[in-house]
Parts: sequence; structure tokens; C-alpha cells
Amino acid sequence: MTVIEVRNLRKAYGDTVAVRDVSFSVEAGEIFGILGPNGAGKTTTVESISGLRRPDGGTIRVLGRDPGDRSLRDDVGVQLQESGLPDKLTVREALDLYASFYPAPADWRALTRELGLGEKLSTPYAKLSGGQKQRLSIALALIGGPKIAILDELTTGLDPQARRDTWDLIEGVRDSGVTIVLVTHFMEEAERLCDRLAVIDRGQVVALDTPAGLIAGMDTEQRIRFRPSAPVDDALLEARPEVRAVIRHGAQIEVVGTGNLLHAVTSVLAVNEIIAADLRIEQASLDDAFVQLTGRSVKE
Amino acid sequence: MRVFAKLTLTEIKLFLREPIAAFFVLFFPTLLVVILGSIPSFREPSADLGGARVIDLYVGIAVALTLAMVAIQVTPAVLATYRERGVLRRLATTPVSPLKLLGAQLAMFGLAAIASTALVLAVGRLAFDVRLADNFPAFVLAFLLTAAGTLAIGIFVAAVVPSGKAGNSVGTILFFPLMFFAGLWTPREVMPEVLQRIADFTPLGAGERALNEAMTGGWPNLLSATVLLGYVVVFGFAAVRSFRWS
Repeated sequence: MTVIEVRNLRKAYGDTVAVRDVSFSVEAGEIFGILGPNGAGKTTTVESISGLRRPDGGTIRVLGRDPGDRSLRDDVGVQLQESGLPDKLTVREALDLYASFYPAPADWRALTRELGLGEKLSTPYAKLSGGQKQRLSIALALIGGPKIAILDELTTGLDPQARRDTWDLIEGVRDSGVTIVLVTHFMEEAERLCDRLAVIDRGQVVALDTPAGLIAGMDTEQRIRFRPSAPVDDALLEARPEVRAVIRHGAQIEVVGTGNLLHAVTSVLAVNEIIAADLRIEQASLDDAFVQLTGRSVKE
Repeated sequence: MRVFAKLTLTEIKLFLREPIAAFFVLFFPTLLVVILGSIPSFREPSADLGGARVIDLYVGIAVALTLAMVAIQVTPAVLATYRERGVLRRLATTPVSPLKLLGAQLAMFGLAAIASTALVLAVGRLAFDVRLADNFPAFVLAFLLTAAGTLAIGIFVAAVVPSGKAGNSVGTILFFPLMFFAGLWTPREVMPEVLQRIADFTPLGAGERALNEAMTGGWPNLLSATVLLGYVVVFGFAAVRSFRWS
């Protein structure tokens, strides 16, 4: 079942076109990622889905309704960047207040425990660390017990441990039946969490696939590095069709090639009774796929 | 309604957690009455004031001061900060309209102004025998007109300033001239004719005159009422047109 349908979305601010032509659909129960460099139009896209911006063109349906339909607010939880709380509001007060906005709120005490905010209930918003503010923001997006959660730059500002905890939480939320739209520029996050990804660049969708599909779709080379237990003749390796190049790094050998490269290399070594120590395989990552799709690194 | 009550209660708590703003709104006007009332000559009838005492005038001025604190000093800073920090933006993603939060803020400011005014009137009466004339409805009318006129200006300032800090600065810059014309330093009754005419067209000058007339048993004069309504319409319209939620 499709819960979000975006068709030919277009949005400009003055002369600047933020979103040129974006289409995708999100299925119930999946974690759908929107990946792209800064300024690609990710935030404008999710703000349009959340009903905060009126598109200049195209159509959006969320649970079959127009995003401007206020009844959607009960069913869609949103965590956006640049949305804060009053400085002196405590965590408990914020959660209690926002819970009262919804007809069937989630149990905020359980939420704060899962998000590691249980100790901070009496702390005013201004005294929270960046990561704690972020976690509170996530809690407020989930507090209404939404059918869909839209999370923009979910783990920005979190330390690595908190980031992993948050990923576990998000997987738990999805397992409870919530559809999640995740805007991110962390490849590791996209790879770990997302069932499908839309890569957006310059206001357009340049790819839409599973993370594995995006990586497999590239014509990339693999690299294998190892330290041989005895000297190896480069020609033996180069004789295999999978191998394109052999590069020496002191005692280490790097073999570049395609296809089932690992099998090719290990069989050559086995025949020659050579053991490969410190064997490492460098495979293409989502990062590489991203660079190939957009021509730039996500960090730019 | 439950949500509105909860929002209002939250706003009251947050207001009380800003001790300086809370002091100036809730207690400073009363303190002013107490200090001026402690000067013996201010408690004597004065021929210049048509037989009234200085302290009689300053109770009305203190009420105008309360409204100026709330509407001109505090409102622009708080509302602009809410927008700047994305509080309104976050609320826009929930079932609760940000308009409800603005309503809760106005309710909170209204309650604070009423509490402060009640304290001013009570201390004025008990300590210095300043009596509200029997025309209480006229006083309520003058109070509401002055509150609405000044709040429209305060919300307009909140709508056009870029940040909470700017809202605070603009509020402070407006506060002093507006309170001057309300007679905080020289009651309008002893102002030169020219200044009195100017004061009649300023929101707090008109407000103070209307409050004073109501306190002495009359009704707010037509000019003051018209001027105050004019501020409500002009600045209210401008505020609605220019208000941004994020």
C-alpha cells in the first residue's frame, strides 16, 4: 500500500529553483531514505510533504489526502531542522504538552527511556546538549503515535554511540508498523536503515533503488590487498581475466579487477602454495555510488 | 479547549521563569505608586491639577505602564524569539495551530496585565486612598482599548523584526517615548498644550487619558477611543499581513 505519493513536485523561491522535478512513492512499513548533497532540495521536499510549504507544481498525496489537510497532523510526526523549544521549558513539560495535542499519544515515559532522556526530564531545553535536543526532537515527532514519521537529518549532532542507539530506536519504531521517511546525508545511516533510497541532486531524483541495488548498479572495480607469505610473480595474477592491474606497495600487493576477483586471486595463490596475510577487500560503498550519481561527495 | 488551557498554563510558567520581565510587569508599576505616594506633597490636592493629587494621576499612569511593559516591551521579544527559534515552525507540524499558541500568549499577557493592574489599584486604594470612581465599566473599556491598541503595535513589531533580540531593542526604543506621552515623567495635565495635543494621538497618551477619565467617573472621550481603535485596526491589519511563522 502506498502511503506517500509525490508526482513531479516543483518548488521555487523567487528565481531559485529548489525542487525541479521530484517523483517517488513510499510504501507502508518501509524506511524510505532521501539522500542528497546540501541544497539538493531534500528539505524542501519533506517540508512540502509535511504541509509546511505549498508546491508550485506537481501533486502530493499523504495517506490519500492533500498535505494541507490538517487532519493529517494526527497521523504524521515530523522532526525538522531549525525547530526549537522555549529555553526554559523542561523536557517533561515539553513531552507532556505535545502529548496533549494528539488524540492517541504514545507513552512518552517509555519514549524517553528508549532515547536515553530519562535522566533529563527536569532539565530546561536551553541546558540540553546538542544531541539531547536532537533526541527530544525525535521524541516529539513520535509522541503522537504517528502512522508516518518524517525525520530530517535525524542523527546530525549525535555522537557515534547515540547515533547507533537512535538507529536501533528507529528500527524498533518501524517494526511497530510506522512508515519512516528519513532525510540524511550519512551514507552509513542510509545503508543501515533504509529499505529504499531516492538520491536527489539539483532538485531532481537521479536514482531510486535499494542501497544494495544502487551499489550493484555501478560498474565499479574491486581492490584486494594482501601480504604474500612468499614472492609472487605479477604475471601469474595478470594472466587471469578478472585481474586488470597488480600494484606493489612494499611488501603488499594490490590487485584491481572486476567480477569474482577474490576467487581468481585465492586460486592463483593456492596453486602456488602462497598464503595471503592481512587480506583486505575494498568493495564499492554507497558513498562511491553517490559520487558516481551526483559527481560530487555528499560532504561538499 | 483543554489544549488551549494547557498552552496558556505553560506560557504562564515560562513567563514566571523570567524573573526580570515578571518583576517589571507584575510589581514595578505598583512599586512606582508606592514610591511616588511616599512623597508627602504628592498626597496634597494641587491647584494645577484641578484639585486632584499627583498620586491620583499616577495610579492611572501605572496602569498604562503595565500595559506598555506587557505589550511593547515583552510581547515583541517573546514572539520574535519563538519564530526565530523555530517554536512556531515545530508547532505547525502538529495538530495544534501556531495561532493557538499566539492566543495562549495573549491570554497569558492579559492575565498578567490584569493581575498587575489589580495590584496597582488595590495598593493605590489601601495605601493612598485613590478610589476608582463608580464607573467600573468605563474603566474596563478604557483598559481594553489601551491593551488592544498597544498589543497591536507589539505584535506588529514582532512580525517585522528579524530576531528576538531585535524585538527587544525595538520594544525598548518605543517604550520610552510612548511612556513619556503617557505622562510617566510629567503627567499630561501639566504638559504644555502642544505636547498634550501630540500625546492625544499616541497610543499610551490616549490610553492614559481614557483611563484617567474613567477613574474620575466619566467615560473615555471620543478622540482617545477613536485613536486607540485606529491603532488596533492599522497595526492589527499590518501585523496579520506581515507575520511570518518561520
